[in-house]
Amino acid sequence: MPLLRIEGVAKSFGNFRAVDKLSLDIRAGEFFALLGPSGCGKTTLLRMLAGFETPDEGRILLGGSDIAQVLPHERPVNMMFQNYALFPHLSVRDNIAFGLRRAGMARGEIATRVAEMVALVKLEGLEKRRPDQLSGGQRQRVALARSLARRPQVLLLDEPLAALDKKLRESTQGELMELQRRLGMTFIIVTHDQEEAMTMAGRIGVMDAGRLVQVATPRNLYEAPASRWIAEFVGDINLFNGQVAARDHGRLTVSTSDAGTLAVSELWPPVTKEVVSVAIRPEKVKLSRRAPASDAGGSQTINRLEGVVTDVNYLGGVTSYRVKLETGAVVRSSMANTARLDVDAYLAGQRVVAWFTADDCLVLEQ
Amino acid sequence: MSARRIFARPARLAAIAPYLWMVLFFLVPFGFVLKISLSQTAIAQPPYTPVFDFTAGRAALAAAFAQLSFDNFRLLLQDNLYILSYLRSLVVAVTSTLILLLIGYPIAYGMARLPQRWQGVAMMLVIVPFWTSFLIRIYAWINILQHDGLLNQILLALHIVSAPVVWLSTDSAMYLGIVYSYLPFMILPLYATLSKMDASLLEAAGDLGASPLQAFWLVTFPLSLPGVGAGALLCFIPIVGEFVIPDLLAGSNSLMIGQTLWLEFFTNKDWPVASAAAVALLLLLVPPLVLYDRLQRRQLEAGR
Repeated sequence: MPLLRIEGVAKSFGNFRAVDKLSLDIRAGEFFALLGPSGCGKTTLLRMLAGFETPDEGRILLGGSDIAQVLPHERPVNMMFQNYALFPHLSVRDNIAFGLRRAGMARGEIATRVAEMVALVKLEGLEKRRPDQLSGGQRQRVALARSLARRPQVLLLDEPLAALDKKLRESTQGELMELQRRLGMTFIIVTHDQEEAMTMAGRIGVMDAGRLVQVATPRNLYEAPASRWIAEFVGDINLFNGQVAARDHGRLTVSTSDAGTLAVSELWPPVTKEVVSVAIRPEKVKLSRRAPASDAGGSQTINRLEGVVTDVNYLGGVTSYRVKLETGAVVRSSMANTARLDVDAYLAGQRVVAWFTADDCLVLEQ
Repeated sequence: MSARRIFARPARLAAIAPYLWMVLFFLVPFGFVLKISLSQTAIAQPPYTPVFDFTAGRAALAAAFAQLSFDNFRLLLQDNLYILSYLRSLVVAVTSTLILLLIGYPIAYGMARLPQRWQGVAMMLVIVPFWTSFLIRIYAWINILQHDGLLNQILLALHIVSAPVVWLSTDSAMYLGIVYSYLPFMILPLYATLSKMDASLLEAAGDLGASPLQAFWLVTFPLSLPGVGAGALLCFIPIVGEFVIPDLLAGSNSLMIGQTLWLEFFTNKDWPVASAAAVALLLLLVPPLVLYDRLQRRQLEAGR
């Protein structure tokens, strides 16, 4: 039995179906991310878990009992709000103690727990400050401490890092993961930032139009997206539309209008349709001056596309190239800058061969 | 040219305007009243001495100055009519403000929680009475409250009372009139603070285990205190000096300071004593005003 089981939950606002018959299991101690574009229903789902919205249908089982109709203040679940929702008239200490006081905890115990929480989020010395006397990062910590103080069975985090700048966000991601591991608590985070989801979460649920379209580990989500929409939503990808020309022991031959005939390894479950898209992530597309020898790695089939470099974007760690093929289609490639003095860098206007193996391709239904 | 230069002139002028207004329409008239309060009553036109004659030369002006005295203020302390009037004014103002708060808070709270498009309608309903003259509305109340008025007719028809009740010329009628007239002044500032309240704070309170009632007392109410303060002072200060409502609706056995002032000015023609009473009233109202200013400043600082 998972800690949290969401069963056929639906919620509409007027004519808008925000969450559409969604089911999901979350295990105890898991760091789960709900990822999706804005308006996909991820926040509504989170708010139903917190109790701020009541599902129109379906059940939400926490530890086996249905909490769908339980009021927020009676749920063993806490939420960290996107705007933090700190009480502006209360000090840091009183903000953190708010939930403990409501739980009727003894005074001495509250003081101990608050001190523990303050230490946990490294806010020592700021206990007497009001929220308006804190920086954005400090407020975020107070919000985190406040939502953790009651030791909820599940902590819900609604875009917890959205208001922080990039550097702070990255360090806070690490701290959140470390905290979650140390406390062994179940975290459910809602985010629209795929990098954030992939960095922190053990599993990611991708939502689109109120439905859960894929639940997978970050790696599987990226390397084996379940649909063309997910492939395009998570990371960059090159897509070539075409038709299956031949099937041979898990190896497909797809004839595309933009990139000629491509050899692709078939994934499980196999594609049944004839009209497909071949997808290839830019970092798997290599560039070279001359065509590499066939079967460079032994058993690999290699796809080669000849073209001219049109754009070069140096991004520090990687350089991304756009290569225009003879058909007019564009292939994106990004290559790691592994050497400081790169003699192999390509220039705009240069003729190159873009190549990738059959195993690096995905075949997706259109 | 620096931005500072461009803005300096009109900004300075704009800053002077309110001071100019205060000097012309408050400080100068107050100077007159203060001067009259230090004069002696006389059967003359104007009814007090001395009158400063700025053309009579320095010596005459100095002699006139020498005649000024605090006698009228002494009288205010000696005759308990004035002290009783002040006390009654304070009691009436405090009581009315409390009643206003008790009625106004739930209304403002309800308004702030209405769907957005109904909030404007509710706001209109609060303001609409202002479109009718204040005096006419008080006369309407006299009509309703009099011996054979609407209220008694309804009560008799419903057999709640067997004989007409005396409503008019009682303190109840006066409180009714005051609360009725000042309610918008209580509701509007309260509504302004309550409608600005971040809804996620209440969700956070609920999430942390507070029942809706606890969330109200622990979050909504403390955060609405600036509105409570503004509304209370907006009502309290003018009610202390209120003249029309007690004069028309209350009995004549005890007077509010506004009524006493009116009597001294127009019936007794004792301008100096009336002026002294007015100055004393103003001094009485300074502490709550300073308090209000302090509260607001603290709020502003906290808001930064």
